[in-house]
Amino acid sequence: MIAAHLPVLQVVLPLMAAPACVLLRRPRLAWGFATLVSWACFGIAALLLGQVLENGDISYALGGWAAPWGIEYRVDTVNAFVLLIVSAISSVVLPGARASIEREVEGDRVDLLYTCWLLCLAGLLGIAITGDAFNVFVFLEISSISSYALIALSGERRALVASFRYLVMGTIGATFIVIAIGLIYMVTGTLNMADMGARLPAVWESRTVAAAFAFLTVGVGLKMALFPLHLWLPSAYASAPSPVTAFLAGTSTKVSVYLLLRFVFTIFGAGYAFGIQALEYVLMPLALLGILSASVVAIFQLDVKRLLAWSSIAQIGYMVLGISLASLTSLTASILHLFNHALIKTGLFMAMACVFYRIGSTRLEDMEGLGHRMPWTMAAFVAGGLSLIGVPSSVGFVSKWYLVLAVLERGWWPLAVFILFTSLLAVVYVWRVVEAAYLRPAPAGTGRSEAPLSILLPTWSLIIANFYFGLDTSLTVGVASRAAASLLGAGP
Amino acid sequence: MEALGLYNYWLVIALMMTGFYIVITSPNLVKKIIGLNIFQASVFVLYITMGKIIGGSAPILSDQVSVYSNPLPHVLILTAIVVGVATTAVGLSLVVRIYAAYGTMEEDEIVAAEREDP
Amino acid sequence: MRHHTVLHVVAKILLPLILLFALYVQFHGDFGPGGGFQAGVIFAVGLILYGLIYGVDNLQTAIPPGALRVFMASGVLLYAGVGVLGIFMGGQYLDYGVLAHDPLHGQHWGIFFVELGVGITVASVMTSLFYAFTS
Repeated sequence: MIAAHLPVLQVVLPLMAAPACVLLRRPRLAWGFATLVSWACFGIAALLLGQVLENGDISYALGGWAAPWGIEYRVDTVNAFVLLIVSAISSVVLPGARASIEREVEGDRVDLLYTCWLLCLAGLLGIAITGDAFNVFVFLEISSISSYALIALSGERRALVASFRYLVMGTIGATFIVIAIGLIYMVTGTLNMADMGARLPAVWESRTVAAAFAFLTVGVGLKMALFPLHLWLPSAYASAPSPVTAFLAGTSTKVSVYLLLRFVFTIFGAGYAFGIQALEYVLMPLALLGILSASVVAIFQLDVKRLLAWSSIAQIGYMVLGISLASLTSLTASILHLFNHALIKTGLFMAMACVFYRIGSTRLEDMEGLGHRMPWTMAAFVAGGLSLIGVPSSVGFVSKWYLVLAVLERGWWPLAVFILFTSLLAVVYVWRVVEAAYLRPAPAGTGRSEAPLSILLPTWSLIIANFYFGLDTSLTVGVASRAAASLLGAGP
Repeated sequence: MEALGLYNYWLVIALMMTGFYIVITSPNLVKKIIGLNIFQASVFVLYITMGKIIGGSAPILSDQVSVYSNPLPHVLILTAIVVGVATTAVGLSLVVRIYAAYGTMEEDEIVAAEREDP
Repeated sequence: MRHHTVLHVVAKILLPLILLFALYVQFHGDFGPGGGFQAGVIFAVGLILYGLIYGVDNLQTAIPPGALRVFMASGVLLYAGVGVLGIFMGGQYLDYGVLAHDPLHGQHWGIFFVELGVGITVASVMTSLFYAFTS
């Protein structure tokens, strides 16, 4: 009986667990409950992906009202993969979150943090699973509003300002998306994504659709921190509590990238986005500029969390570059990089959670000699850094390999050189951390003090996953290429 | 004349740009939130406008009426209003805490204070 | 506002009417315009009026913040619980038709409890927002 209801349980479970978490009150109890729920979500996502790979797309009509009138949850290969990524990241980070949350967040707010966490998880899963365009907006705001609260829960006063800036930018982005959905509803009279996709080709010439497309691109661009719209991201990531940063870095911008994929390929169709509106001429320059400038800025950062945040903006650029090429290989590369970058960045930010737990700072000057004081943590960081650079046998290499293949398919070899060159920039900023941690002497009077096992274990499991999926690519590449094919097949 | 007949949409654009302008230019955080609210209100008007049918009545079944306005945009906007209230509440509570931490809610002064932080 | 006799007396007369009107909007929502959102806000307006005229402390003794927290959570749980009940009765999530023998009655019961959940949550959230900004 339950198997048929998995799509809705995926969202309802964390959504119902959030108010239950408010009632629990005791921080440890709330944490244990949130972790269990997150694992259950991961289990559901894995089952859903299995069902989709075996039997094809799943459609679930809420309240028994059939699509296109009712709200439909629709699971295909693309969003089953995204569901898996989001729930997996949450499930890995939460077990390690307790120790560092207790240290970074004031005691009476800890249970509310887990409530916000579950709400954010429910929102992100909801964005991915729903087949209804307005539902996307609702879940987008559930996840955004709870992440503003998550960021502001950090004890630092910088976090409040960062959260406020994110709130202003995020609300503008979400409102742009809702304007776009309204304009599409105006010309098609439907809110169901598949139905929109079927009705839009008849009105491609309409200026209303062009306006909707423009609003949508800017709105989603704000949400996923596409290059000129990225300014909210570095300070938000740098000042949030460390486990929250690890969670958000692995999930929230990824879900926004999924949203762009879904709107461009399923709703507007590749023929409209690339044929009529020439989206590639907008996305590609922005992606390239974003990769280059964000990587250069990352080199000059003094705080490692901020450095990693800037590197995230560059990585978003790689994903958008893949989308702008709009071929089978390039979309495979983008979807792969969704998964791979989530593994890399969450691993690195978890290593920073270990560092922050011990020394109370992630500034480079405070991390001098840390390689000797926290050998396991810093080894994890170096391994994650290698994966970020894209060293063979790591996941970072796999996605860059496919991206370079996609570029060479078009015969644009200077672009391939550019990708290799920007990977060298990644070497530079990872090296700055390595230099501080290993080549500088530790301050006198400090002994070896490793982070507690509860944070170290999730960190290392992410790092090991980085190399496991770097060597055994059958699952990730298989799913990603099927997802890319379904996206391209869905458009007319 | 067609352009004048669509005056609701002109109103939407005017409201939207007013709100947007306030969000971008005002250094005061509370005014930014007010601007954000005006910006969102313009979208509410946009949705309600597209649901209106001239001569249509409220969508409650009755023998005397045959033309009804579309109720769906109203329902959507009810949700959007609730979202707007939640955003405003979170935004204002952030402003309260920013004021407690920095002693000001002018953005330029906060930026100056942030520079002095390590 | 301790010494404004007019305000005190007028508020005393209006308060029960406001709360009653909220309940009317809540439970008459099946037949006419109304529902949980509006009713919840109207109910909270009554409470906030009481708080403004008689002081927040008095309101907080009547409705402690801790109780509000329970109400907020339980309203959402009631809503989602009705949806899950639909699954257990053999329908889809939020399918009210299966809640009673006759689908029409089922729809009626479903929307009744869902709107009740919405009303409880909205009223308690509005009141706790008032608490948050007055404290």
